[in-house]
Amino acid sequence: MATNTAVDVVMPQMGVSVSEGTITKWMKQVGDHIEADETLLEISTDKVDTEVPSPASGVVSEILVQEGETVAVGTVLARLGGEGGSASAPPPEPPTQPAAEASEAAASEGEAAPENEAVAEAPPENGRAFVSPVVARIAAEQGIDPTQVPGTGSGGRVTKKDIQSFIDSGAQPAAPAAQEAPATPAPEAPATPAPAAPATPAPAAPAPSAPPVVQQAAPQSAPVEVAAQVGETLEPMSAMRRGIADHMRKSLDTSAHVTSAIEVDMSRVVQIRQKLKKEYQSGYGVNPTFLAFIARATVETLRDYPWVNGEIRGDKIVTKSFVNLGFAVELADGKGLIVPVVKNAETLNLLGMAKAIAEIAKRARDKQLTPDDVAGGSFTITNPGGYGTFHGTPVISQPQAGILGTYAIVKRPWVVTDANGADAIAIRSIMNLTLTYDHRLVDGAYAGRFLRDLRERLQGWGESEY
Amino acid sequence: MAEKTYLQAISDGIRGEMRRDKRVFVIGEDVGVYGGAFKVTLGFQEEFGAWRVIDAPLSETAIMGGATGAAIMGMRPVAEMQFADFVSCAWDHLVTVAAKQRWRAGTPVPIVLRLPSGGGFSGGPFHSQNPESTFAHIPGLKCVCPATPEDAKGLIISAIEDPNPVLFFEHKHLYRRIKGEVPDERYTTPIGKARIHAEGDEVSLITWGAMVYTAEEAAKQVDASVEIVDLRTVMPWDKQAVLDSVRKTSKVLVLHEDTRTGGFGAEIAATIAEEAFEDLDAPVKRLAAPDTPVPFSPVLEKAFIPQVDDVVGALKELISY
Repeated sequence: MATNTAVDVVMPQMGVSVSEGTITKWMKQVGDHIEADETLLEISTDKVDTEVPSPASGVVSEILVQEGETVAVGTVLARLGGEGGSASAPPPEPPTQPAAEASEAAASEGEAAPENEAVAEAPPENGRAFVSPVVARIAAEQGIDPTQVPGTGSGGRVTKKDIQSFIDSGAQPAAPAAQEAPATPAPEAPATPAPAAPATPAPAAPAPSAPPVVQQAAPQSAPVEVAAQVGETLEPMSAMRRGIADHMRKSLDTSAHVTSAIEVDMSRVVQIRQKLKKEYQSGYGVNPTFLAFIARATVETLRDYPWVNGEIRGDKIVTKSFVNLGFAVELADGKGLIVPVVKNAETLNLLGMAKAIAEIAKRARDKQLTPDDVAGGSFTITNPGGYGTFHGTPVISQPQAGILGTYAIVKRPWVVTDANGADAIAIRSIMNLTLTYDHRLVDGAYAGRFLRDLRERLQGWGESEY
Repeated sequence: MAEKTYLQAISDGIRGEMRRDKRVFVIGEDVGVYGGAFKVTLGFQEEFGAWRVIDAPLSETAIMGGATGAAIMGMRPVAEMQFADFVSCAWDHLVTVAAKQRWRAGTPVPIVLRLPSGGGFSGGPFHSQNPESTFAHIPGLKCVCPATPEDAKGLIISAIEDPNPVLFFEHKHLYRRIKGEVPDERYTTPIGKARIHAEGDEVSLITWGAMVYTAEEAAKQVDASVEIVDLRTVMPWDKQAVLDSVRKTSKVLVLHEDTRTGGFGAEIAATIAEEAFEDLDAPVKRLAAPDTPVPFSPVLEKAFIPQVDDVVGALKELISY
């Protein structure tokens, strides 16, 4: 619907715990037209980066908070439409009020219909018969008196066909056509002194007091003034970077991080993946990634090690009947990382897991994640192996108790034992896995058994398992 | 491309999806060993086995409840009511659970509920109804009513792909009576997009399902250019296509086989009055069955279901208005 009164666009509440957000980009400028639900701006909070859709269709009349500024939830960011809106828009319209309104209405409905208010004053003085709505409209648009049109309809009524052939025959309009008013700023008052909507000043008109801008570095500690030395540059920290920084520090201060590593022979998985690849890609449009196999095996293994999937809450140990599996995803340009969560990963088979991972990673890159997508994880997998690294000690995502690291799969000479018990060296695809766990809850032996079982599951992956 | 019956097109569509996606399965009364009351699933159990072509007990409640549970757990059930009329037994699971699950819990509920519907063969009050408007009124449900074999295949595939419960109203009178070219390959027909069955510029005739053919016959018998809009799906319905046609012709007849009061034609007529008032050159006209149960007697049933002559009469009234 078009906006006749101003509509405020406010900083949305992105999840219960978020209290402020930073404007990263305005997609529209003052004077631009926008449809309802079209993206108006992008914001960044400490949880997610997201797009804010327009709450209504109309013209952007005011932008009150500039890019880079951080403001509290609920702050008015922009206004749409309203008479104040069309007034402050770049005004190509003629100064006459009816024309300006008509062009605004036409623009907001996306079609070049001429003004409609003329209908209201079309003289329904047809003594013979009823004038149908469409005939009344055409008569008003063309400045024709319908009583002058020969009618062929029921009871001599003027039909749409009648009035159209009347026009086609070149009949004289009764009055100069008013329909071009929007195009040519005719100085004489248009033929339709339309019952223009009373020009009450829009409530939006008065300049708003400055929005409550939260200072850039408002968090916890008082902002420290820093100065750049020669050769250094300063740039503000994004809300996401600040969130990452806080969380990483908090996690190391909370959990007793210990990392154990294990080597896994991925040869079988490599083989099976090769077999499934074509079927999955052609049938389901998804790639059976190594990550999907590892995630699937991890979920199965977590069943037997509930504390790895658990959490310390106060002085209680929490275990869970579900696995909400987080995946660390790097955002483009090193802008940060985000951990979207696949909920109830224990209900997914290999195909479902592959699809879920692909879908959530895509949404992370496209900034389509909602706060719910990044909340509620019970265990996390991070996958830095793409660059060839073979070991790492990731930081636990609080309040979870563990994080699995997966690393590069490398062909290595490997000692294998044949059926006769003789050792031989073979070429095998080997991958390191690390489990970083909170030693407050998980002991080294427990973690070791988890890794051993996970390895057995991957090494012994059955043809028919999924 | 091959000429297929409407029934064969539906059957092909389901079979293709079952071959393609292991989550798709069929459940219903007599759908397995017997191949379905109308033989839509003939040969399915031989190909896919009894676990994917499930002969359900004589309980629509069980069929719908089972399908809902399976859908919530990630399967893609294609459930059949032997006759659309019996869906009333499944109301609670369908309307209270399946339709609202996504809203309540965010879980997709990808169910297709096949509903053989419609009359014209003296099936009487329990085997002839067209309950699409009842379910179009339930937020969360989609209602699909194909008229041609090509649309029947494309829409059943779209329905199976859809993450929401989709009610698939297949008109029994079209099953073997209507044949048409159907592409062999897999394709989808979008839910919510109408099809212009015949172009015209003097009267718009909005309809769907078996009435498309009644409309086509009637249009041949009047001396005016009639545009027939086949809605294909009533929820969501293609408002834009209807309004575009009305803006062109300024006269409109809405025709359906379901009864008149509260039928989906009422929604269409009201929308036209609200959004295209200034384009009308005549009152919006509705033609539908009278507000009674479907009669058994062939003579009475003929009087009940809109016939070609009735449509001709309504069109003539509009043309001469």
